[in-house]
Amino acid sequence: MDCSRRTLLKSACAATAVATLPVSAFRLFSPAECRAETGKPGTRWIFLVDTEKCVGCGLCVKACKLENEVPYDAPVTRTWVERYVITSDGKSHIDSPLGGRDGFTSPKIDGEEINPKNITKAFFVPKLCNQCDNPPCVQVCPVGATYQTSDGVVLVDRKWCIGCGYCIMACPYGVRFFHPVYKVAEKCTFCYHRISKGEKTACVQACPFEARRIGNLRDPEDPVTKIVMTQRVGVLKDEYGTKPQVFYLGLDRSVR
Amino acid sequence: MRNHVLRPLWLALAAVAALLVVRYFMVPKDFGVNGRSFTYGFHRLSSVTDWQKFPDKYKGREYCKDCHEEKASENGASKHRNIQCENCHGPALGHPDNPDKLPIDRSRELCLRCHTKLAYPGSQRGQLKGIDPERHNPGQHCAECHNPHHPDQEVG
Amino acid sequence: MHELIIHGAEWTDKIGFVYPNEFIYWSIQIVMYPYMTGLVAGAFVLSSLYHVFDQKDLKEMARFSLVFSLCLLPVAMMPLMLHLQQPLRGIEVMMTPHFTSAIAAFGIVFSTYAVIVMSEIWFVYRVFFVEQTRALKGQSGLANNFKRILYNVLTLGAYELSAEAVAKDKKAVRLLAAIGIPVAGFLHGYAGFIFGSVKANALWMSPLMPVIFIMSAVVSGIALCMLTYLIIMEWQKFRAILAKGRGDASVELLRGVEMDLMTKTSKYLLMFLVAAITLEMLDLIFRGYTAMKSWDVLREVMFKEDFVKIFILQYGLGNVVPFILLLIPGLTIRRTAIALVLVLFGVFMMRWNVVIGGQAFSLSFVGFMHYDLPIIPHNLETYKEGLLGALTVVATPFVLFWGVNKLLPSLTFRKQ
Repeated sequence: MDCSRRTLLKSACAATAVATLPVSAFRLFSPAECRAETGKPGTRWIFLVDTEKCVGCGLCVKACKLENEVPYDAPVTRTWVERYVITSDGKSHIDSPLGGRDGFTSPKIDGEEINPKNITKAFFVPKLCNQCDNPPCVQVCPVGATYQTSDGVVLVDRKWCIGCGYCIMACPYGVRFFHPVYKVAEKCTFCYHRISKGEKTACVQACPFEARRIGNLRDPEDPVTKIVMTQRVGVLKDEYGTKPQVFYLGLDRSVR
Repeated sequence: MRNHVLRPLWLALAAVAALLVVRYFMVPKDFGVNGRSFTYGFHRLSSVTDWQKFPDKYKGREYCKDCHEEKASENGASKHRNIQCENCHGPALGHPDNPDKLPIDRSRELCLRCHTKLAYPGSQRGQLKGIDPERHNPGQHCAECHNPHHPDQEVG
Repeated sequence: MHELIIHGAEWTDKIGFVYPNEFIYWSIQIVMYPYMTGLVAGAFVLSSLYHVFDQKDLKEMARFSLVFSLCLLPVAMMPLMLHLQQPLRGIEVMMTPHFTSAIAAFGIVFSTYAVIVMSEIWFVYRVFFVEQTRALKGQSGLANNFKRILYNVLTLGAYELSAEAVAKDKKAVRLLAAIGIPVAGFLHGYAGFIFGSVKANALWMSPLMPVIFIMSAVVSGIALCMLTYLIIMEWQKFRAILAKGRGDASVELLRGVEMDLMTKTSKYLLMFLVAAITLEMLDLIFRGYTAMKSWDVLREVMFKEDFVKIFILQYGLGNVVPFILLLIPGLTIRRTAIALVLVLFGVFMMRWNVVIGGQAFSLSFVGFMHYDLPIIPHNLETYKEGLLGALTVVATPFVLFWGVNKLLPSLTFRKQ
């Protein structure tokens, strides 16, 4: 039994290689490997949020829920508004009751009264899916149920999603959730059904103060694109390398 | 003597073949790499059209103007002209066929969305006229004194 | 009206500022899944230590742990099926695997591993199948007939019992056991990769995750095999005592073999235990030293909220105490059993502290979520993702083993 160990190792390597063959079979038999352009050609959708204009009325959240059939009373939402109240002691008081669905109708935050004299700055931050250029949620989907269209929008195939929740865990922004009725992953789609027809998203249309705007990065004449190119804009959590496409005017360092 | 060692391998390959057959029937024909790359574009192509066909619920001001000209122009001349009709009345859906009437929400909560006074420095909210809901006529409907379509005017 | 179920809302308690859509989505079943796959991998590696590295003292254990590994295989699937919001679509992972996802690797690795385990078992038991087919010929009765047909099918038509054929079997077993080790490593390493590659989760994201998972998987696999073997041996001893009295030679024989095996196997257990805890300490120290943005909230979770779960239960009771127990000279059955139970508990707590701990803090880094494990279920969801669902998963391999052992007897011991 002298050279048996060598033969054993040799055969082990060969066998492991053979065991990986079934993998290539998937590519051989894969249907329609067409590099089809999905979505509007020459378009890359981007979003602009102006935190100085947002008053926290929450009409965007209401409109989104009704437009996109997310159960109104469920504590999950495709978009939401956060309130930030910074006091003179440097503390940030943050809340988002029901995602801001009913607006902010009380000065109390988490039941705490805040003396208006102590407030140094306060503002509202609407949030939604950033439709990232490098979406980590798409990368981790095990079955190809979520994907990025050619015009940059990340969508979920409701008929294919297995509901594992990996995409929800992978999103650094917390925009994904399980749809309570369809039992699949759900998130903001930039109202894909509306923008593909030349309409505005439900939240953009609903906002009375133009705090939310949608535009096309590939169109240099687009008013949103012009602002993003010429004014100081910020993005959320850029350190994750996701390349988010929702831009913020007046983004404060205290924004989570 | 036939070599029996490879028998489990044949069985395994048969199972893989069976899987591929099932796969042929189960996976939609338009499933594949579409667009950018395998990483970001691996999906069923027709899912995109599924989403594009999703029905609109909100129609926008211009749609309401067609029939409700008077209200629309009254509102259009007021401080509330930037508020969509559907913000307060809900989405148009199939109106006027279905539903034949849109809800009229007279709750205080609707108005308090903007008009609870929050003196926030640096935010446009701080500049909106507002009240303390616990002190200003608690329990009363706002519309009893204020015309929601044209709040500058007094209610008769 | 049909109850609207927000997955996760039922057992999540939010404190501080937590994003609206954040809930504990990955709950007890996701804790069970790496635990069960870890047991599979560990049991297999233990078996391979005999088949590949000629650790002769492990012969009895090897056969048993191989069969037990087979019983653990389908159970590894269970937590996933119980967790998926669309369990009937689970097969899609095999149909359209998106290989950029660690979970997609599951389809390939799991199937490969299943094939290896089943093939190895076939080679180990082929002679037995042929012998049984012949022995049951001519025996009447429905059960005997059924068994004979079953064994016949299982021979896959390979009836050769010559020395040459048996040597080929042994060689094949060696080969499969050898390939199986890296594949078992993959099976559990990728489970660690599932967590370690999630950059959005401050606790999970670490290149050490796959290695930590593999080490602790082997630990749990060895511990479970040792414990199950020990329990079965104690039962056999008990029966021998009842039949022949305490001082009988057969009882002494059982006792001797058992203790010998336990002492030798526990050395391997200790090695992997040391490796596992070293890596976890390394991870913790690095995080504290580099103090990234997430460190404040992680420190809150690890040293305040989950302090008992991490340092007392997992590291203390689950690592340090069994380590000491197994090292004290003059190892007894009782001490071994206690140490093994504590090790299994410690590995379970590790999975819990990673999965649940990773969701104990909000993405906002200024909020927390408490996990209330559903004990008494009141609907399907609280059963599947509650204590009873977890217990169902734990009990199944033993139920399966009871049945499988009738077909593939694995509890013999050598008469010296």
